[in-house]
Amino acid sequence: MKRIKGVEEDSNSSSSKSPPEVCKKVRKQTSDESVAVVASESTESDWARLPQELLLHIFQYLPLLDRAYASQVCRTWNQAFHMPELWRCFEFELNQPASSYLKATHPDLIKQIIKRHSNHLQYVSFKVDSSTESAEAACDILSQLVNCSLKTLGLISTARPSFMEVPKSHFISALTVVFVNSKSLSSLKIDDTPVDDPSLKVLVANNSDTLKLLKMSSCPHVSPAGILCVADQCHGLRELALNYHLLSDELLLALSSEKHVHLEHLRIDVVSENPGQHFHTIKKSSWDAMVRHSPKFNLVMYFFLYEDEFGPFFNEEVPVTHLYFGRSVSKEVLGRVGLHCPRLVELVVCANGLRPLDEELIRIAKHCTQLSAIGLGECEVSCSAFVEFVKMCGRRLSQLSIMEEVLIPDHKYSLDEIHWEVSKHLGRVWFPDMMPTW
Amino acid sequence: MAPNSIHWFRKGLRLHDNPALLQAVRGAGTVRCVYFLDPWFAGSSNVGVNRWRFLLQCLEDLDANLRKLNSRLFVIRGQPANVFPRLFKEWKISRLTFEYDSEPFGKERDAAIKKLAMEAGVEVNVKTSHTLYDLDKIIELNGGQPPLTYKRFQTLISRLDPPEMPVETLSDALMGGCVTPVSEDHGDKYGVPSLEELGFDTEGLPTAVWPGGETEALTRIERHLERKAWVANFERPRMNANSLLASPTGLSPYLRFGCLSCRLFYFKLTDLYRKVKKNSSPPLSLYGQLLWREFFYTTATNNPRFDKMEGNPICVRIPWDKNPEALAKWAEAKTGFPWIDAIMTQLRQEGWIHHLARHAVACFLTRGDLWISWEEGMKVFEELLLDADWSVNAGSWMWLSCSSFFQQFFHCYCPVGFGRRTDPNGDFIRRYLPVLRGFPAKYIYDPWNAPESVQAAAKCVIGVHYPKPMVHHAEASRLNIERMKQIYQQLSRYRGLARLPRVTAAGASCSTFTIKKTRGRAAANSDCNRTYTSNSNSLVGRPLLSFVSITNIFELLGGYGYMLRI
Repeated sequence: MKRIKGVEEDSNSSSSKSPPEVCKKVRKQTSDESVAVVASESTESDWARLPQELLLHIFQYLPLLDRAYASQVCRTWNQAFHMPELWRCFEFELNQPASSYLKATHPDLIKQIIKRHSNHLQYVSFKVDSSTESAEAACDILSQLVNCSLKTLGLISTARPSFMEVPKSHFISALTVVFVNSKSLSSLKIDDTPVDDPSLKVLVANNSDTLKLLKMSSCPHVSPAGILCVADQCHGLRELALNYHLLSDELLLALSSEKHVHLEHLRIDVVSENPGQHFHTIKKSSWDAMVRHSPKFNLVMYFFLYEDEFGPFFNEEVPVTHLYFGRSVSKEVLGRVGLHCPRLVELVVCANGLRPLDEELIRIAKHCTQLSAIGLGECEVSCSAFVEFVKMCGRRLSQLSIMEEVLIPDHKYSLDEIHWEVSKHLGRVWFPDMMPTW
Repeated sequence: MAPNSIHWFRKGLRLHDNPALLQAVRGAGTVRCVYFLDPWFAGSSNVGVNRWRFLLQCLEDLDANLRKLNSRLFVIRGQPANVFPRLFKEWKISRLTFEYDSEPFGKERDAAIKKLAMEAGVEVNVKTSHTLYDLDKIIELNGGQPPLTYKRFQTLISRLDPPEMPVETLSDALMGGCVTPVSEDHGDKYGVPSLEELGFDTEGLPTAVWPGGETEALTRIERHLERKAWVANFERPRMNANSLLASPTGLSPYLRFGCLSCRLFYFKLTDLYRKVKKNSSPPLSLYGQLLWREFFYTTATNNPRFDKMEGNPICVRIPWDKNPEALAKWAEAKTGFPWIDAIMTQLRQEGWIHHLARHAVACFLTRGDLWISWEEGMKVFEELLLDADWSVNAGSWMWLSCSSFFQQFFHCYCPVGFGRRTDPNGDFIRRYLPVLRGFPAKYIYDPWNAPESVQAAAKCVIGVHYPKPMVHHAEASRLNIERMKQIYQQLSRYRGLARLPRVTAAGASCSTFTIKKTRGRAAANSDCNRTYTSNSNSLVGRPLLSFVSITNIFELLGGYGYMLRI
């Protein structure tokens, strides 16, 4: 291409001839440039003859669309495009124009993948928007993954949980196709889906040796017995995410049995369905067993409760490491947190109410010696108490995210002075988070 | 030959601190002040009656003040590009002046007009007076990119010279020999139209809570400063129930339309501070309101797609839900959450809501509850909010929906709790939602929880006289925080970011982390293997509270569409 372009430029000055003749002329004339010509000739053909391993390496840098364009260039590149290594991971994006602004994976591409690459797929995720159509499309694809041995499967609803709208039987049968055929599932993410106890049994029957991660928050059709079955059989389980109603003493004991590997992450969502809901308690002995078995495990708890529903919580020591209060939590509960959460690493409080949290924060600084991250939303803390808190925590506080409105100036510090004090104790420049005021 | 000038009003609807206007009259023979109004635009545009009324009142006020100087305002029906050539000829114009408009389409429009003017032999003078600083200088100081954190912005402006002093108000003396030829039928040809003429039905329209015009603005600023001096306290005032109501010292709509010069406000604040505190250097926080406005103008000026998610280099692509019904309920104050509905009612009736109220409704629409795109919310605000101009509105919505500016997203405003904490008695609700007046404070924020007897006594049955809540907040916020986390996690993981905290030089922006980009196979494969493993559970850790601020934002925020690199 380049050569012809150059020739055309030359031909403008000379008399007009047909391109092939001019080419010959240039080739004869430029004997001293022959080296350059030969070089460009050979580099030109080499592109098509690059070894497949190199092509693979280069193609892996390209996003899918660019790779697809590249595959149209020549046969070798087209072959490279279809190499199995390039089809290990795929994310199916299923969106409808009526419910999403984002583009969906092209249906032809989906067809092609199922036809040519379904047995190459290992790490697959489905991102669906809020329409039932998209979730059903995901289930259809799942049903066709008969030849796959998936290692990772993720079902992600990017807006409303549309998997819950799919008829339960349709969903379950699609999911069990994967469970039965893969036999080597290692990571499974099925939050907000209608998965149930029988399908978990199928999962366990086929993948108990390989399952390492299971995320299933907000799966209302699963019972504590169902998840207990998983814990009993899948001894390699390292990460588990579920809702509080599925948590039981038996589950914790099963996860800390001798046969079980060390647990790394346990995430629990505590969500209030109705005000005044009653939550069961977990015995301290069960938590102790967990800590003894897996001393380094992270216990992540998200609370979405009304203020008066915290009764069963934080009355005894609990090994929580990451604590998130999504709604308002009372001073009293935060006081209990300070007393009973010695392993606390991260604390996020969305809202508290307009009474200063001075004592509670100081207590947390004192007792929670591992605390390295804290986020405060709609709360109030006096500037002096805040400085005291930071001083006590010192440099271990790597994340300090405080809304500017939280800090109440007092006789010792104004808002403008406080950031210097805090920065001093933290060993880095720090400012509170700001929101636009216009 | 003394030139004939046109001064073109767009924003900057004032006679004080208007350097372009002074330039128009300087040594001129005649001056005509024009404002363009496209009559079709009024009906079809996304601008509500309150905004039109405010604008018309500003124009009336300008006209009245110009009359005192033996001049008039010329309201021209039509588009500038179509009408200017005729005016240049008809009035034998040789000078055109206007205030600099920093917004991208404003710059485009002005470039086209400048060309027209040049062709007609008209000299064009443009002066900056809508912003405190020359925005291009700020961008230049930041290496050619606008600052994306407010702290960085503050650092940059602290290095600039202070803003220029406001210039004198146009007066008889300054007019000098310059006159305005006014015809007998000026009122018919160039008079300020009424709301009815623009096609609005004004029957039953309550009086404006925010009257437009420069005169009103100048009265307000004196009141505003008096109150500050009396309080002798320049700290941010504590939020209480009263703050939610429209204040006679509120200034934001006047700043937006330019009835009040931001520079005048700036210098008056400075003077007052020095007088009261006997201290020579006021902190930057004193000018908070002005600087936020300036910040958004700066980030928007070179970005024509600033008000969009797609194709906007600074906006994170979030998979918002398309849900016109839910959007309508929010816009029409029918969500079933009294706190949200009262705020949206105040907005529609009066055209202004407190900034914390804005946070509440914006959070509810986007990342808090409904998961609807911020662009939709922005359009509703554009229609109803008096002080929402393009840059500030879009920027604020991106900020509040955590789509940009590295905003932390862990805290979400509760549509029940937040209101209750702000106004425990619920007077704000009762004022704007009279149907709920009978509810006691205990239940007024969540009336669906009130026993039947209470509802009956209040003569308001939830589901009949007032809608049931449109979402279950605990569930919605749980889902949404998970969504946000997923998005930001994938952003950082996808680009293989490594976090290296760096203590920056004093005065520089804080919390900057350098990015080590690890592209290619190794990162991708490890990503795949670890797709849903550790760190994905930590809410705070790397994805949530630890916000990465990067040196090259364009690389990070583009390409969200391709999540997996193989």
